[in-house]
Formats: sequence, structure tokens, C-alpha cells
Amino acid sequence: MNRELKQVISQQSKQQNGNAEAENLDDIVQLVGFIVGDEELTVPILSIQEIIKPIEFTRVPRTPDYVLGVFNLRGSVIPLIDLRIKFGLPRIKQNDDARYIVMKSNDEVAGFVIDRLTEAIRLNKTEISPAPDQGNDSNSLIDGIGRKENRILTILKVNKLLERDF
Amino acid sequence: MDEFQEILQDFLIESFELIEQLDQDLTELEATPEDLELLNRIFRVAHTIKGASSFLNFDTLTKLTHHMEDVLNKARQGELVLTPDKMDIILPSIDMMKALLIQIRDTGSDDGDIDINAIVAKLDVLSSGGDITQLDGEKPATPDDVKKDIVEEEKEEEELDYSSMSDDEVEAEINKLLEEKHNEAKQKRKEKGLPPPVINDIVEEAPPPKAPPPKAPPPKPDAPKPVVAKKASKAPEKKSSPATVEQTIRVDVKRLDHLMNLIGELVLGKNRLIKINDDVEERYEGEEFLEELTQVVSIVSLVTTDLQIAVMKTRMLAIGKVFNKFPRMIRDLSRELNKQIELDISGEETELDKSIVEEIGDPLVHIIRNSCDHGIEDGETRLSKGKSAEGTIKLKAYNEGNQIVIQITDDGKGLDPEMLKEIAITKKVISEVEADSLSNKEAFGLIFRPGFSTAASITNVSGRGVGMDVVKTNIEKLNGIIDIESEIDQYTTIKLKIPLTLAIIQALLVGVQEEYYAIPLASVLETVRITMDAIYSVESRRVMRLRDEVLPLVHLADIFDIDLQFDMGEHAYVVVLGLAESKIGVIVDTLVGQEEIVIKSLGEYLQGMKGVAGATIRGDGGVTLIVDVAAIMDMARQAKSSSILSSDNINSNNNSKKEKPSDYKVLIVDDSKTDRTIIRTSLKPLGITLVEAVDGLDGLNIIKSGEHNFDAILIDIEMPRMDGYTLAGEIKKFNKYKQLPLIAVTSRTDKSDRMRGIEAGMVEYITKPYTPDYILSVVKRNIKYSLGDA
Repeated sequence: MNRELKQVISQQSKQQNGNAEAENLDDIVQLVGFIVGDEELTVPILSIQEIIKPIEFTRVPRTPDYVLGVFNLRGSVIPLIDLRIKFGLPRIKQNDDARYIVMKSNDEVAGFVIDRLTEAIRLNKTEISPAPDQGNDSNSLIDGIGRKENRILTILKVNKLLERDF
Repeated sequence: MDEFQEILQDFLIESFELIEQLDQDLTELEATPEDLELLNRIFRVAHTIKGASSFLNFDTLTKLTHHMEDVLNKARQGELVLTPDKMDIILPSIDMMKALLIQIRDTGSDDGDIDINAIVAKLDVLSSGGDITQLDGEKPATPDDVKKDIVEEEKEEEELDYSSMSDDEVEAEINKLLEEKHNEAKQKRKEKGLPPPVINDIVEEAPPPKAPPPKAPPPKPDAPKPVVAKKASKAPEKKSSPATVEQTIRVDVKRLDHLMNLIGELVLGKNRLIKINDDVEERYEGEEFLEELTQVVSIVSLVTTDLQIAVMKTRMLAIGKVFNKFPRMIRDLSRELNKQIELDISGEETELDKSIVEEIGDPLVHIIRNSCDHGIEDGETRLSKGKSAEGTIKLKAYNEGNQIVIQITDDGKGLDPEMLKEIAITKKVISEVEADSLSNKEAFGLIFRPGFSTAASITNVSGRGVGMDVVKTNIEKLNGIIDIESEIDQYTTIKLKIPLTLAIIQALLVGVQEEYYAIPLASVLETVRITMDAIYSVESRRVMRLRDEVLPLVHLADIFDIDLQFDMGEHAYVVVLGLAESKIGVIVDTLVGQEEIVIKSLGEYLQGMKGVAGATIRGDGGVTLIVDVAAIMDMARQAKSSSILSSDNINSNNNSKKEKPSDYKVLIVDDSKTDRTIIRTSLKPLGITLVEAVDGLDGLNIIKSGEHNFDAILIDIEMPRMDGYTLAGEIKKFNKYKQLPLIAVTSRTDKSDRMRGIEAGMVEYITKPYTPDYILSVVKRNIKYSLGDA
């Protein structure tokens, strides 16, 4: 009797927990993580149009060095930006893990070269702290810092990444 | 509400079309006032617009058109002869009608600041048979309010009256016509013994004036054909011009644009398919399926091309649409300027892409105004020059290859190149030195410079020095070319050459080093292969002689910051580009060929990068940038010609970085360790950085690696693997080392050896044995050592 009661109670509480989780779905942020240099960066999964393996691109003259050029994504001409150079890291030779992440925000689309992908990550909003104060806040590329187990995940502002700053 | 909007939309479209025709008709009418058919047509336009606007409750417009109609009706009935004076009243009233329509289009109502009372009063005077010369004097005396009231009252009463009257009239006319027809038919029928048809019923049922004509034809089957034809020409409505009976559908331009985009994709797909087919052909030569594939590919490519042309044609408009407004403009101008000018239009049926038709109007207005104002002289001057008093402007459009040419010729005073240069100098558009080097053609081109005007004073018509600049900008925007020919006191001809379409273009693909660029073929005048010594330098600019012209040159690599790794040898290709009135030669390494390309935007992120008009996707799936010819010409004026002659650039760069002696780097290439050590010891006092190579090949590899930026290289001549001469030759192949001082250090003292060294590009020749001081001073001189003695 007592045992049965316990089971019922535990089941109930489980259900309640489940409901609580469902309710908290709104508070869950889904991110895609990738590595550039030594840092693990993330962007919201919904801002990613697709991820492709590196393909040939064409240099566009008179652009900053982090703009590698443009590439052909099934008939669309899309700019390609090297995040390593954009973040002031030294150029390296692309290896097999390198990918182009095609991100979009509003109508703007661009491809970003990254060193390698990590994984899709679900973070609760409570696990995200605001970006460290960097003085000029509106120009910061960082939206916030997420913590998962022992990892520190930098969440980037996609609209800022896609903004032309030259 | 929606329904109303729809009706309104239709009304506006129809009205604007009618008005366009009206302008032309009216000007024509002035020349042939007796042309009844023309008058009828004009009358009908006013009538149609009046009818529709009253239905839509546009009172002001109704009132205006109503009074116009009044006057025109009188003229139509022969009670009024339309003299130019009278036309001066009618034409502005049409302008006002246009203004009202535009207002309706923009605001949805005709209640605005457009005051029609003055013109209505004038029209009234006309229609009542009054003297207009009096009118002008009278007008100010008449108190405005009173007049307004009167007009207002008149309008209310008269309107009903009139519309019914005109209905009656039209009906009467139709009745008359039908009667005739009827009678004739009757006669015929009598002959054939058929019963008379009930035509009258039909006419009675027929509602307002617009309707009858379409209904009129019913008797047609019974009536003999020739009679119908004759009547049709008299009957109201459009019957008089059979061309307008063409079947058309109105389509939203956006849909056509979308269709055009899809075709663009298809063309890219086709290009890709052809490329793949070529590859497959190479690999599987002789296989059976290959033939089938080739067949399919060629069918697809053929159909795609046809489809593309067909869709392009749907966007085509006759240029007559633009030309139509000029007779009126010339008329107004000639009266304003007191000159007799005749306009001769031909080729108005030539077709152009809609977007181009829209852009071409303004430039033409400016050119024609200019011709009227500056070109054509007044009657007396013309007579004294032995020309007819009446000046002629010829406006002509025709196709030439993939381009359309619009040619504007006036038989006026022509352009005087010397005078143009003088004016340009006084207006500080160019310097005297520049003026001297200009050819006649180039001097003509001066009229397109902003701020340039030949007019002594600014008139209403022109003289502000803006118009021709507008012409140039607009034509450049269309990738067009302007060509001027002129003979003093004979003629001036301006030719505008414009590509047929903008979205899919023919392009010349060129290569510079590893990169490829597409240049719109419309801007390519020719390509020439030149040797390097055909390039001259004038005031630090590169130029070449092309037949009797001096052509400014620029290397595409300079414009697009392409690293010139290797010199392409003795020869270069020059693509001669022409845009608007200017020309330039662009040096490229290779000409790849001609290809049909679809212009794609680079997207928001890279929008407006100077020199790049867009991108296209090639058959191999790669992206090729399209050169913006206008921007390139602009950039060429500023670009330093570093790739062609790089001395100033590179040396100044190097010098600017030197802060301490060790910033200078000299490479020693010598196979003997002893010799290297001697040099090293000799140069030690300078404190410069020294790098050693053990033979020619080693030296070349060090240079190629790009790790060091040498200021000079000391080269031994006798070396294993690669001797000094060969090394010097190899080094000179690199463009960036063109100016690097190479110093030979050798025991060969023969004159012929020295010569060979100079040929290979050595600047100094140090013979062994040498004193340490000597080699030190030579090196110091050659690296432009500027830090004082160490």
C-alpha cells in the first residue's frame, strides 16, 4: 500500500516535472556551436540557413581582408567572410573540418568560414549571462555568454555579423 | 471601394495612353488644320476623358475637358480655324489635363492647387468665337470671383446640356451613317430581294456615345464590305487606326520581371549544361549515348535562347512612346526661341526594353533642347549662311547588332572644337595643357562635362551646364555609348548607342593572373594585342597610340588590386572600352572569350563595391565579377600605374619603412663561401641585414618565397645550377622586382660580359677584386640608404 502510494506520488511528480519542462520550452535557446581559433562560438539555430563544405569562391577587390569574396550557393551569389581574420586571428590553411555556415538575418545572407562544428546545443535562458561589458555595447558582436557543463559558449549576434562595417 | 479603385485604375491607364496620342495629334493638327479625321480623334479623346471623369466625380477635370471639347467641337464643325495662337491656348489646357490626371493618380482626387479657371475662360472665349488677342488684355480686368461664379454656373447648366447634346450629336451622326449604310444595304437587298434588317432598333438601344461604334458593325454581314470600311474611318472611336485593334493583355511588370529572372536562371543552367557536355564529350568520345546527349543539349540551348528572346520581347516597347512627346516640345521651343524648327522623326517603331525606354526620355529631352537652343540658328542667320530659314532636327532610331542607335542630327551651326576648348579653359573644366592634347572628337566630348555650357547667357531652355551632364550619366547607367560628329555650320550628330536589354548581356571574359572578369560587350569597342614598348608615358600616365588616337591605358590589376606574380611577357592585350563619350584601354593578360551572362547582385553586404557592377555564375559554377565600366573609367583617372611602371611606388614604400640600418636587406648570391664572407665583411659597417644564397637556384627560391623584402641583390655571374644572368632574367620576370637593383659581382671584365649583364637587368657591375669601400658605396647608393653613416 505504502509502496503503491509512493509509486503514484512519484509518477505524479514526474508528470508535473514533465509539464514544467514543457512550459519552459520558451526559455530554451537552441544554438549551434562551432570553433574559431580556441573559442567555442554559437549562433541561434534559426539564423542558420545551411552549413556546407568549403567550395570555391571568387575574390572581390577593394574589400577588407576578412571578406574572402563571393561564392555560388545554388544560383545565388553570397559573400564569404572568414571569422578567423574578422576576429584578428592568424590565417590558417583550411582543413577537412572547415565549414561555411550560411547565416541569414532579415534579407541579408552571408557565409562564414569556421574551423569546425561542435554540436547543436540547448541552453536554458537562465544559463546565459549577458555579454561582459565592452564599453561600446551596440557595436559588440556578442549577445551573451552561455555555460554548459564546463564549457563557455559565446553567443554571437547574427544581425551584427551580417552588418557591413566598411 | 475596390471596384471603384479598379475602375479608377483603368481610367488612368486609358487616359494617359490617350493623352500621349493627343499631344502628337495636336501638333500634327497645327500643320494640317483641315484634317477632319485628326480633329475627330482629338475631340474623341477629350470627350472620352470627360465622360469617364464625370462618372468618377472628378469635377475639375470634367469642367476642363468639357470646355476643351467645346472648342474642339467648333473646330471640328469648321466654325473655328485653329491658328497657332489658338493652339497656344489649347495645348496648355491639355497640359493642365495631364497635370490633373497625375494629381488624381497620386492623390486620388482632383481637388488641388491646380487652377483651371483662367484657362477655362480662355477656352470659352475661343469657343464663343471671341478674339484671343483681346482676351489677354481683358483678362486682368475681369474680377476673378465673378468669372469663377459665371463659369461655375455655366458649367452646371451647360454640362447636362452639352453631354446630352453630344450624345445626340454622336447618335445623329451614327444614325446618319447607318442610314446611308442602311439605304445602300437596302438597295443591295432590293436587288437580292432580302428583307431589310432592323438596324434602327440596335441604334436606339445603344447607350452613350462610346458604345455605338462597337455596336455599329452588326449590320456588317449584310452590308457590302467597302462601305463599312469607308464608314469606319468616319465613325467615332478608334476604328480609324487599325493598328490599335491588336489583341493585348495588360500584365503587371513585376510578373514580367519575375519571368525574366527565371529565364536568367535557365540561361545559367544552359551554360552549365553546355560546359558539362563538352567535358563528357572529351571523356567518352565516340560513345553512342554521347550523340544523344549532345542533341538534347543543343535542343535545350536552342529553346532557351528562343525563350529568352521571346520573354525579352514581351518587355519591349516601341521607342515611339518616347519620341511622341517631342513634336510638341519642338513646337513650344521654336515659338519660345523664335526659330523655325522642323522635327523629322523616323524609326519610332524600333523596340527597346521597358526599363531603357524609361531612362532614355530625359537625355533625349536635353539633347533636343540643346539642338534647338545652341544648334539651330535663328532664321536670319540661317539665310545669311545660305541655308533655308527653317532648321531641321532629325530624330532617328535603328537597330545595329545588339544595340539600338538613337541619332539626333541638327543642321545648325555645328560644334567648333577650338571654341569648345577655349570655353572649357575659361570655365576651368580643363587646363590649357590638357586642351592642347585633345582631338576634335575629345573636344566635342567636353560638352558633357558638368559645369560646361557654350551658351553666353542662361536661358529658359538651356545654358546651365547641367543638361548634357545628365545625358552622360543616364547613358552611362544604361551602359550606352555617346558618339558626336559635327562640322561647323553644317551639322551636329549625336549618336546614342544603347544595349537592347539589361538583365542578360553579352560579355567579354578576360583574365588577369588567376582571376577572371566579365566586361559588358556593349562597352567593348575592340581588342588589340600590343607589345610592351607600344606603351608610352605622358605626364605619368600610360597611353598608347591606337591608329590616330592617343588612348589612356590602365591595367586591370591596378584597379582590382591583383598581385602581379608573373609578368606575362612581351605582349599584352588591350581591351578598348567606350562609354558615353570617353574611351580607355584596359590591359589584361588573356582574352577568354564571349559569353552570355546573367547579372546578379552581390547582395546587400557587398553592394556598391566600386568597380564591380555585379556578378554572374559561369558554366563551371564559379562566380565571375562583372566590371562596372563607368566606375573603372573613373578609377583609372586616379589609379597609379604601378603594374606598368612601378618604380615610384615600390621604392617609396620600401623607404618609408626604414628606421634602422637593419631594416635594409640585401641578398648575396655567390657560390664561393670566401666571396660571400668578403662581401659580408665589406658591408658590415653599414649594419644592414644580409641574406646569403649559395647559387642561382637557391637565390631564386629565396626570392620566390617572399619571406624577405630585398632592397638589392648582389649576384655572382659564374655559379653552378643557375648562372647570374639567368637568375637576373628570372628575377625580372616578377613584376614587383622590376625595379629591384641587381648588382653583378664578378671577375669577368669583358665588355661583352658587361653588356650581357645590362641586358639581363643588372644595374651595376662590380669587378673583382674590389675595395671594401667601393662595394659599400655602390650598395649604399643602390639601396637608397638614407639613415646617415653608421
